[in-house]
Amino acid sequence: MRGRRFLRRFARHRLALASAVLLALLTLAAVAAPLVEAALGVDQTAVSLLDRFAPPSAEHPLGTDELGRDLLVRLLYGGRVSLFVGVAAALAAALIGTGVGLLAGFFGGRTDALLMRITDGMIALPLLPLLIVLAAVDLTRLGVPASWAGAEDASLLRIVALVALFGWTTVARLVRGATLSARRRDYVLAAVALGAGSRRIMLAHILPNVAAPAVVATTLTVGNVILLESVLSFLGLGIQPPLPSWGNMLTGAQDLVTTAPWLAVWPGLLIFVTVIAVNLLGDGLQDALDPRTLGRA
Amino acid sequence: MTRFLLSRLLQAAVVLLVMSVLVTVLLGLMPGDPVDLMAAGNPHMTPADVARLKALHGLDRPLHERYLNWLSAALRGDFGHSRLYSQPVLAVLAPRLVNTLLLLGAAFVLAIAVALPLGVYAARRPHSLIDDAVNLFCFAGISIPAFWLALLLILLFAVTLGWLPASGAGPVGAAAWWERLPYFVLPVLTLTLASIGGYTRYVRASMLVELRQDYVRTARAKGLSERQVVWRHALRNAFIPVVTIVALEFGTLFSGALVTETMFAWPGMGKLIYDSIMGNDANVALVALLLATATTLAGNLMADVAYAALDPRITFRELRT
Repeated sequence: MRGRRFLRRFARHRLALASAVLLALLTLAAVAAPLVEAALGVDQTAVSLLDRFAPPSAEHPLGTDELGRDLLVRLLYGGRVSLFVGVAAALAAALIGTGVGLLAGFFGGRTDALLMRITDGMIALPLLPLLIVLAAVDLTRLGVPASWAGAEDASLLRIVALVALFGWTTVARLVRGATLSARRRDYVLAAVALGAGSRRIMLAHILPNVAAPAVVATTLTVGNVILLESVLSFLGLGIQPPLPSWGNMLTGAQDLVTTAPWLAVWPGLLIFVTVIAVNLLGDGLQDALDPRTLGRA
Repeated sequence: MTRFLLSRLLQAAVVLLVMSVLVTVLLGLMPGDPVDLMAAGNPHMTPADVARLKALHGLDRPLHERYLNWLSAALRGDFGHSRLYSQPVLAVLAPRLVNTLLLLGAAFVLAIAVALPLGVYAARRPHSLIDDAVNLFCFAGISIPAFWLALLLILLFAVTLGWLPASGAGPVGAAAWWERLPYFVLPVLTLTLASIGGYTRYVRASMLVELRQDYVRTARAKGLSERQVVWRHALRNAFIPVVTIVALEFGTLFSGALVTETMFAWPGMGKLIYDSIMGNDANVALVALLLATATTLAGNLMADVAYAALDPRITFRELRT
């Protein structure tokens, strides 16, 4: 019985391990995009109307898109963008969430009530419609110089900021819960008795003990962020072409589904595989970091 | 109870008011002005016409003045006209709200009907092969981008097999409901598949906790059948957190509807929100977004009421007001 259980647990962690390996490979491939581009002797920005919808060949291993660009190389460059947005926005969200959760859990009382009310309010908002409005806002009307607002990197930074602005709630709730229980532990009481200040107690004593749930929540946030980025980019509001992302590569796919179904399959498959790997990794981390949930209850 | 409801309704009104200001400001920052757009598409319009139209619609006034005018009219039940549909906002909204509720309702019932037995089954055999398979299926459901799922379903059932229509809500003024039925299948399937995973995980986690409780052992000890123990005793208690989480997720339903309806050109609230934002139809966008927020708030309130109603240990006095 015990051996069987061990095997099952091992199998589950093997799934998380396989996810980690897969994510590492995907990241590596995305980072190596220019090398692949050079090796194939293609240019990801080169538009060639004579080579539209080419089937897979030695020169184009996955064929070409509606503008004759190499699909594989564009997928790799798109992966750079999608993975960067996922990790950057999740980290920014984790920073906000950890701060909010720590403050709420440590000070309690009115601070806690106010911060958690704001958190609940954020969760209650219709997220996607609101993100669409925010993504469609014309930055030049806010006094942002047109040269900057129209720059290629602007859409990248903007989506990271937008998603981080709404993505911190999960981390905040989990960190608050963990802070509440850590605050009553003897080592924190001992630090208080020794006369340590609030800041020192929070950063030196509580933060290391709430790191585990924060890491798990951040990992799960990465998956959600990648999904959000892909749907916003798909709707034409996230990453702006010609900069490719897995989401905006699917923008025209709906009309091309009859002529070139592979254009609709590949980018979505990469989003799906990445997000499921991130979520399984998060699940595995939760098991590994928190012995209380070993039963996956 | 009354005090609890009143206080929550008051809070909801405040949230909606704040939201209306926020959305008005944001919509004011959107690129393009509706009248300028109209002028760009009509070479016969003179600058004088443009100025006259702007004055007519109050677009020459500052934003806060426009907002106050809108608010005082809205409180009297007048939400203005839609720019895209040339109809009163409520006349645009009502049929689309019905379409969305049909879609969401069907998907919700189907998803729960699958998630409930699946979650219970997995929780009764934790760490079995079936449990692992269910778990992986749930992760797949949570991780799949809904718009891509919709694309795949269109590719398979509409393009390759040709069994089902890829978009629309059926012929206008269709005589019988079964003429519209095929148009329901793919959007409902998309929404259902996208939500089963989450629901199943909630049911399973909640059932796992309940099956370990003492009252379950008592029920077994007094000789009740396993079916009665699981479905009558444990599930009833496992339901409480599940109902709460599901009601809290009301807001995400609108996000799901937005993606699915846009993919299948389904004339509902989600597509309307997207079209009105993209088409600079501020009057419609504002009211539609407020309606989505109100639905979410209603869901949260229902979650709390259901929580107290289902669990006799919780009284309304204890709930946050």
